[in-house]
Amino acid sequence: MPDTMPETSTIPAAFNPAGSLRASLRRAEWRHRVVAFGLAAPLILFLVVVFVIPIIQMLTAAWVDRSVVDAMPRTAAAIHGWDRDGLPDEPVYEAIGLDLAEGQATRALAGPARRLNTELTGFRTLILGTPRQLPEETPESWRDTLIEIDARWADPGHLVTLQRAARATTDYYILTALDLQRNQADEIIRQPPEQRLFFSLIWRTLNISLSVTALCLLMGFPVAFLLAHVGGGLRNVLLILVLLPFWTSLLVRTAAWIVVLQSEGIINTSLLTMGVISEPLRLIYNRAGVLIAMSQVLLPFMILPLYAVMASIPPSHMRAAQSLGGRPWFAFRKVYLPQTLPGVAAGTLLVFMLSVGYYVTPALVGGGGDQMLSYFIAFYANETVNWGLAAALGTVLMAIVLALFVIYTSLFGLKNVRAG
Amino acid sequence: MSRLALAGAALIGNALLVTSASADSLTIVGWGGTSQEAQRIIYFQPFAEERGVSITEDEFVGGVGILRTQVVGGAPTWDLVQVEDHELQLGCEEGLFVPIDYDQLDYAPEEFIPGAATECGVGAYVFSMQLAYNADRLDNPPESWADFWDTETWPGTRALRRGPQYNLEFALIADGVPVDEIYDVLGTPEGLERAFAKLDEIKGDLIWWEAGAQPLQMMASNEVVMTSAYNGRISTSNREEGTNFVGIWPGTGYAIDSWVILEGSPNVELAHEFISFASHPERQARFPEFIAYGPAIVAANDHVPAETAPLLPTTPVNMEVSFQMDTAFWVENIESLTERFDRWVTR
Repeated sequence: MPDTMPETSTIPAAFNPAGSLRASLRRAEWRHRVVAFGLAAPLILFLVVVFVIPIIQMLTAAWVDRSVVDAMPRTAAAIHGWDRDGLPDEPVYEAIGLDLAEGQATRALAGPARRLNTELTGFRTLILGTPRQLPEETPESWRDTLIEIDARWADPGHLVTLQRAARATTDYYILTALDLQRNQADEIIRQPPEQRLFFSLIWRTLNISLSVTALCLLMGFPVAFLLAHVGGGLRNVLLILVLLPFWTSLLVRTAAWIVVLQSEGIINTSLLTMGVISEPLRLIYNRAGVLIAMSQVLLPFMILPLYAVMASIPPSHMRAAQSLGGRPWFAFRKVYLPQTLPGVAAGTLLVFMLSVGYYVTPALVGGGGDQMLSYFIAFYANETVNWGLAAALGTVLMAIVLALFVIYTSLFGLKNVRAG
Repeated sequence: MSRLALAGAALIGNALLVTSASADSLTIVGWGGTSQEAQRIIYFQPFAEERGVSITEDEFVGGVGILRTQVVGGAPTWDLVQVEDHELQLGCEEGLFVPIDYDQLDYAPEEFIPGAATECGVGAYVFSMQLAYNADRLDNPPESWADFWDTETWPGTRALRRGPQYNLEFALIADGVPVDEIYDVLGTPEGLERAFAKLDEIKGDLIWWEAGAQPLQMMASNEVVMTSAYNGRISTSNREEGTNFVGIWPGTGYAIDSWVILEGSPNVELAHEFISFASHPERQARFPEFIAYGPAIVAANDHVPAETAPLLPTTPVNMEVSFQMDTAFWVENIESLTERFDRWVTR
């Protein structure tokens, strides 16, 4: 019989012992994967639409700005070739004049006016005011006409700004977000000290976020420990108390803090009546108010992951450590604490990420110098419609937070960040 | 932002929203709170009854960005919006608003107070920012912005609205600049230096408020000895909560909020009818019953009750000592001056 056994390749796959197993295993795995992907597909699509796409748009808005290129196309083409040696030639001025005249009629000048005004204050009146003073007939020399209307058309600073802005992409927003600028020779230099703003703003934001995270950890760890070690009924009550703030609006909580912390508020009046202080403490409208209010708001985000991790640590570990001769504090430090680290990592990460984006609470209870970066992002996005700078600041913030995340998880190990 | 993606998102949004403006309905957007409540009672409900249309309300927190997003999609869900002066100017320049056809209105531009009848908007009301103090806590009342700066006679914390707006003007007034010359001075680099240097004098005693209700809270709880505050909120608080806040008129800064019609709205004619309805002098004169904002139409001054007239920014004797916020100046300089303000306040 062995010599009449047909060769492997002519036997149908289903009958082939070695090959069919591999193939059918692969098919089964493939089916599993397809089913799993199909189940997850709506969520992936949702994440892509509401998360990935807006982030990509934000990153794009930070360096793509076509407001001048689209509204003043002739100028963009003509000024591109200017070598900045002396004033531009007549064709450039003709292009500017024609674009301004046409833009005024089509109401297209608001975009470039806003964009150029951001780079150089005063440009707005130059762009919007000049067309109103253009003569009816085509002038002989556009250059003389424009310079006569406004001397700024002969100013190299204004013209260089126009040349840089008359491109589809720009690095102005990203550079400004980092307190950098380009000088006349197009080198990147730091802005003069009296103009620097965002570096200190970013530093302040990180500072406040780190402080709030540390405070939350300090206050949250004992509470989570208590929750994990207390009996059923009491634990439920405590858990509800931890979760209760979530059911109140954030603004209500912030307003409540104003009532508690103000000069004639609960804290100050009780300390005054007890004689601990003689003058009311300034607890609000300064950094203290921001830290207190934000810590209280973000505390549950620290407590819950910590509690979840602590609840999964078997109590027998501590007993075993002590029965082996370790004193309570030693056992805690060497046995219990390391096991809570995943919860600590998750909690601190969560609180830090959240506090970096806060701006309503610091705006209401903070002092003049306590505004965080998101306040300015909101200001540029909503008030001045400077989406480029808002996007650039958002990009910088995101990059910093990502960098911190990478450093953090390489210290802790990514898979060691757990919430239970 | 990609216009295509924005338009796509707006289209999806509109498909999901059931109430797109239809022929018999108008979506009007106000600023919420007491002012919108007053508008509802005086304008929206009577207009709906009289014309047999349905009015949908919404609230607006400010910012041209939101209006731009509405219009860019091509089918805005809002018809009429009440905007501030800078939003009016920016939106009009960008073509976000339908130019007002004054032939369709019942009132000619000259019948409104100066600055209220503009290319893209019609004045809704006039509000103002003034020096305020709690008369229950202060025996000797301040009488001008120079007194705000006088920390010897009136020691203690003061509050101002966070940001450069209003505060630079108040600083110049305290430094002796007459109200009608403020923007001539402020328009020069030396003028700006002067304003910031003046603010520097009391910087240590200043705290900053963000929301309109905060200065009232600060005065009530004796957190501050004086503050800037919106005049309408002061009178509402006095009337409804029994407080004894006083706002002084010399050196008050006022601004006009206007009705605008968003470009792309299908109800332009109905919107014009509403604006006529809302500009009726007798109706405008009812607004101060709820909140002490001034009417934008001059004839309304004849119908305002005598006891409310002193509280309004538009009463002639008050307007004489006040200044109008210069929209053009702030539109051009709000960005650079806000950045400069933040640098100054952090130092």
